[in-house]
Amino acid sequence: MPTKIEKDAATGTDTTGHEWDGIKELNTPLPKWWLYTFYACIVWGVIYTVLLPSWPTLSSHFGGTSGWTRRGELAETLAAQKAGQADTRAKIVEMSIADIRKDPALMGYVQAAGRVAFADNCAGCHGAGGAGAVGFPTLADDDWIWGGEPEQILQTITYGIRNNNENSRISDMPRFGADGMLTKEQIADVADYVLSLSGTQADAAVLERGGVIYAENCAACHGEKGEGMHEMGAPRLSDAIWLYGGDRKTVIETITYARRGNMPAWIERLDPATVKVLATYVHALGGGQ
Amino acid sequence: MAVASAIGAQGMVAARPVTTETYYEDVVRAFIVAAMFWGIAAFAVGVLIAFQLAFPALNMGLEWTTFGRLRPLHTSAAIFAFGGSALIGSSLYVVQRTCRAPLFGGRYLGWFVFLGYQLFIVMAATGYLLGITQGKEYAEPEWYVDLWLTIVWVAYLIAFAGTLFKRREPHIYVANWFYLAFIITIAMLHIVNNVTIPVSFTGTKSYIAWAGVQDAMIQWWYGHNAVGFFLTAGFLGMMYYFIPKAAERPVYSYRLSIVHFWALIFLYIWAGPHHLHYTALPDWTQTLGMVMSVVLWMPSWGGMINGIMTLSGAWDKLRTDPGLRFSVTAVGFYGMSTFEGPVMSVKAVNGLSHYTDWTIGHVHSGALGWVAFICFGMMYYIVPVLWRKKGLYSKALVEWHFWTATLGIVLYITAMWVSGIMQGLMWRAYDEYGFLQYSFVETVAAMHPYYVIRGTGGLLFLTGALFMAYNLFRTIRSAESIEPQAAVASVAAE
Repeated sequence: MPTKIEKDAATGTDTTGHEWDGIKELNTPLPKWWLYTFYACIVWGVIYTVLLPSWPTLSSHFGGTSGWTRRGELAETLAAQKAGQADTRAKIVEMSIADIRKDPALMGYVQAAGRVAFADNCAGCHGAGGAGAVGFPTLADDDWIWGGEPEQILQTITYGIRNNNENSRISDMPRFGADGMLTKEQIADVADYVLSLSGTQADAAVLERGGVIYAENCAACHGEKGEGMHEMGAPRLSDAIWLYGGDRKTVIETITYARRGNMPAWIERLDPATVKVLATYVHALGGGQ
Repeated sequence: MAVASAIGAQGMVAARPVTTETYYEDVVRAFIVAAMFWGIAAFAVGVLIAFQLAFPALNMGLEWTTFGRLRPLHTSAAIFAFGGSALIGSSLYVVQRTCRAPLFGGRYLGWFVFLGYQLFIVMAATGYLLGITQGKEYAEPEWYVDLWLTIVWVAYLIAFAGTLFKRREPHIYVANWFYLAFIITIAMLHIVNNVTIPVSFTGTKSYIAWAGVQDAMIQWWYGHNAVGFFLTAGFLGMMYYFIPKAAERPVYSYRLSIVHFWALIFLYIWAGPHHLHYTALPDWTQTLGMVMSVVLWMPSWGGMINGIMTLSGAWDKLRTDPGLRFSVTAVGFYGMSTFEGPVMSVKAVNGLSHYTDWTIGHVHSGALGWVAFICFGMMYYIVPVLWRKKGLYSKALVEWHFWTATLGIVLYITAMWVSGIMQGLMWRAYDEYGFLQYSFVETVAAMHPYYVIRGTGGLLFLTGALFMAYNLFRTIRSAESIEPQAAVASVAAE
């Protein structure tokens, strides 16, 4: 019930005649540009919902006249990506790593694909860039447990270490202390001897006792001078690079309980091309032989 | 028929009042003080977590002070404690005066709503710090807090709607439409999004009744309409009263207010799916969410037009009334965010912006620029009125607040635009072979300088709020009162 329609002096527009706590309202018409933009948005909205999956029905929904779906678009994009890489990946599966390394175009692909595959699958344990962690060997240096030749690396990644795959790399260090093969004193002596292989000083009598125990129990796998043996997965002991730690306490723990780190057989999870890419990529991280 | 005006702090004399009843304002004062307190708290926690992102050591290694727990503390404090107290307080003020009726339920209902709401805030906030959460964004409080809020909210609805029923004006003022839409819709959203089954009645943990993508859809139906009805409709209600009052001008267009109100109410409720683009949500739902968001552009701008154009004939007041300048700048930021929002809801744009800092920047141009500024404008107007003072303690301090806060917002949102778009581009950068160019951590490292700039912007915003708190405190404490005179609702003489 408009009661007091007035003309507003500043704008020349009528008020609606209402008033609340001193507030009045002008009866200004809707701004034209506002109204037409609003209409345009509505028209666009109707067209868009006709083209694309939009309105729900009782049991399904209107699929749109364009036939577009998000899943369809994703499948197309992935298929296009795969098709674009198919030739390259087929070559990588067929060729030896040595030959791949001679082909700059393939190595460019290996560096790009390997970086992503390594980050997704390997970096969780071996660290970004293969920096390694306690129990997980550094892959960027030339100290290899199972061998740093291209085919050795490929074998390790393909079938893994101490897992259920029939081709898995397997070797078990005895639990010298836990299984009562050596006494605590013997283990202490041999630990000092092992540490001396990489230059740590110790009492001559201890080293003599430790040396005898080493020759009888350790040298068969780790080598007479601690040079290690790739066939057995026995780490080199003379280089001051330690997988589980090189302090005396940790070395004693390692000899007492042994270490049995494992790694999956990646061929069970990844396609052959990706495995080959990873082997080539790891070989090229810095320590490949 | 003579329409009598309420006798307010302006000291206007009612035309032929017959009977008078006192507006109930104690509870409004309490809400305003609470809003100031929670505002400072929210901004301070925001500054802390902004710098935590730049310098992780600030997590302090304690579970209670990690980003994960402080982040919901910040968002809830900003939206529900600061924004909510300002909204409820101002709505109880506006509804009484524009209905010329005292608060329905009087002091008891009013104080129940105030104390109940503050208890809700404290229960929610302490829960977050102890790690008690539903894990639903902006709906983190667990079941017992939800139940309590439901009771308080119904009491609030009764107080507000009861006052509307007892109004002595023939029509309901537009501000009250918006406030009422805010109250009713928030009640509906809150209840549906919090249908949970407690593990036990003596424990805090509960499980939501909805499953999978339906839970996600309900969560963002809630989440986006918390933006639409709490942070937009509610504060538009505030704008529709305080801008015309401060400008002393009639509202620009009554027709526009009707059309944009109903269009806004109809469209906003559909917009939630744009938070779930490129997820398991079906294509058809994403399409509708995007279309409704884009169509929402003009209805949102209707509020901006009405807010800004109300100043026609009174633009000079922007120079002389820094409080009004806050309100009008708020409407400007509102217009910017309600354009940016529809743009970001377009799937192609969302593919770049989603999960990046751009979203954070967008939220803060709305939260700092619109919500906080419209509250500041309201508070600079309402405090001298409520405490019967001639004016503010210091206009210069309001100027300082305005420029400090504006500079803070500009630093904040520009840093987040750059950081967010860079982040989105880095995520989708492919090399010549089709592999991703960057790892996630490289994008984090690249964002560091922008995190520092953002934190600095937040610090400026907090500093401005401290100026305001001091200014309002001195205003309230000043001896220079106008004639003590009860604000009354007078009845029109027939």
